[in-house]
Amino acid sequence: MKPAPFEYHAPATVEQALELLATHGYDAKILAGGQSLIPTMNFRLAQPAILIDMNNIPALRYIEPTPAGGVRIGAMTRYQTAERSPLIAERAPLVAEALPHIAHPQIRTRGTMGGAIAHADPAAELPAVCVALGARFKLRRGTQERWIAAEDFFVGLFTTLLEPDELLLEIELPPLPARSAWAFTEVARRHGDYALVGVAAGITLDDAGNCADVRLSFLSVGDRAVLAHNAIAALKGHPPTAETIAHAAAIAAADDIAPNADIHASVDYRRHLAKTLAQRALTQAAERASAG
Amino acid sequence: MAHHTITVTINGETEIVTVPSHMTLLEMLREELALTGTKNGCASGECGACTVMMNGAPVNSCLVLAVETDGAEIMTVEGLAHDHTLDPLQEAFVESGAVQCGFCTPGMLISSKSLLMRNPNPTDHDIREALVGNLCRCTGYVRIVDGVRQAAKLVASDTK
Ligand SMILES: Cc1cc2nc3c(=O)[nH]c(=O)nc-3n(C[C@H](O)[C@H](O)[C@H](O)COP(=O)(O)OP(=O)(O)OC[C@H]3O[C@@H](n4cnc5c(N)ncnc54)[C@H](O)[C@@H]3O)c2cc1C
Ligand code: FES
Ligand code: FES
Repeated sequence: MKPAPFEYHAPATVEQALELLATHGYDAKILAGGQSLIPTMNFRLAQPAILIDMNNIPALRYIEPTPAGGVRIGAMTRYQTAERSPLIAERAPLVAEALPHIAHPQIRTRGTMGGAIAHADPAAELPAVCVALGARFKLRRGTQERWIAAEDFFVGLFTTLLEPDELLLEIELPPLPARSAWAFTEVARRHGDYALVGVAAGITLDDAGNCADVRLSFLSVGDRAVLAHNAIAALKGHPPTAETIAHAAAIAAADDIAPNADIHASVDYRRHLAKTLAQRALTQAAERASAG
Repeated sequence: MAHHTITVTINGETEIVTVPSHMTLLEMLREELALTGTKNGCASGECGACTVMMNGAPVNSCLVLAVETDGAEIMTVEGLAHDHTLDPLQEAFVESGAVQCGFCTPGMLISSKSLLMRNPNPTDHDIREALVGNLCRCTGYVRIVDGVRQAAKLVASDTK
């Protein structure tokens, strides 16, 4: 239960890290918080030849307001920092609500916001939250920068659009629309365990009290974070009543997700959880939107 | 095999250690520095037996590389007692019967210490949240929560 030997580099700048990646590409692995990578190395499920440690790049640790009213989060920002950030509490309450559900305090001390996105675990909270919020990610390879929408970034089980010699640098959360509110909920066997199913929901009301916009995403219901397009279309334009919400939640559970069975939960149980949790999260978001 | 020489403060003492890049902090503490209070339970972040404080916050030392601690401050269970006097947490653990086999205890103590440093007056809910990453197979947790609560009271009455 020890990692295999590897060559270790600790660049001090993004440019140095990118140069190392350009030279070593497929043989190298990025080390962020290490909270997913090191366990797999301890069990030798991963045996990278070269490790590029990003922990000495202070320029990737920031939480800043965007002029538009959103938030920019540097990839190496730790969960714990984000959890205690007043800016995130104010401008991204959905992120603040979801963060305490991630793992244990020890893991949140080290784990990074960028690491969670790059790792793309379908059971992770942050990818689903970013999909719900319509976040986008800044990637860089050599001197080439590109922005990718969260919904396009996750392409399968632990798989993203990141190239082997590309870095994730920033998560950008857009400003929240007026009269919008959000809610996050999940069911896990024990607090801190990966969720059996989790849901992020957002509702924006118009002047008549109808849903001008709806956001609904799931974790742990397939090979990646899922945006529930059918449920969103069903609720949009309608007032968020108990009936319309129940209807949308049923559509989400039936049509938007393709959950797998494992030792923790059957397909039917996951669909049941998806429906019940979607109903709760949408109801809570609607209540918060009409109250605020 | 690449080696690195790092400078790390452990329980207040500066140590200069040469470690292979693939050595974890847990291994460095136990094998290089003979600080065997910190336990290896799972090597995968699940059990918390290897919890130490790194720059004031709890981490699983099985999931941190030794090289990553260059320049850091580490506190292990050995750093709690001073001059033959137990930390109030250790005393309260003994008094409340929070220790049975003792395997989880170093991790429990360090997680509790981090909590009390941040929040000297925690609710039972705060205590349970702080210890959610520390498994105990013996006590059933109730007495551990009692111990942390009692330690908080001890410290509060001492500083009055
Ligand atoms: C016991 C346990 C329970 C957990 N429970 C949960 C949970 O409930 N929910 C949850 O979401 N997570 C959970 N995690 C995982 C944890 O959140 C990890 O911290 C996270 O998945 C990865 O972040 P990291 O910073 O630790 O990344 P690392 O482990 O360092 O890296 C993960 C992967 O991403 C790549 N990578 C990292 N950063 C970048 C970057 N900037 N650019 C390109 N590639 C990059 C790495 O090369 C690696 O392949 C748990 C982990 C453990 C050990
Ligand atoms: S040994 Fe580190 S968490 Fe179990
Ligand atoms: S006392 Fe035995 S594991 Fe906790």
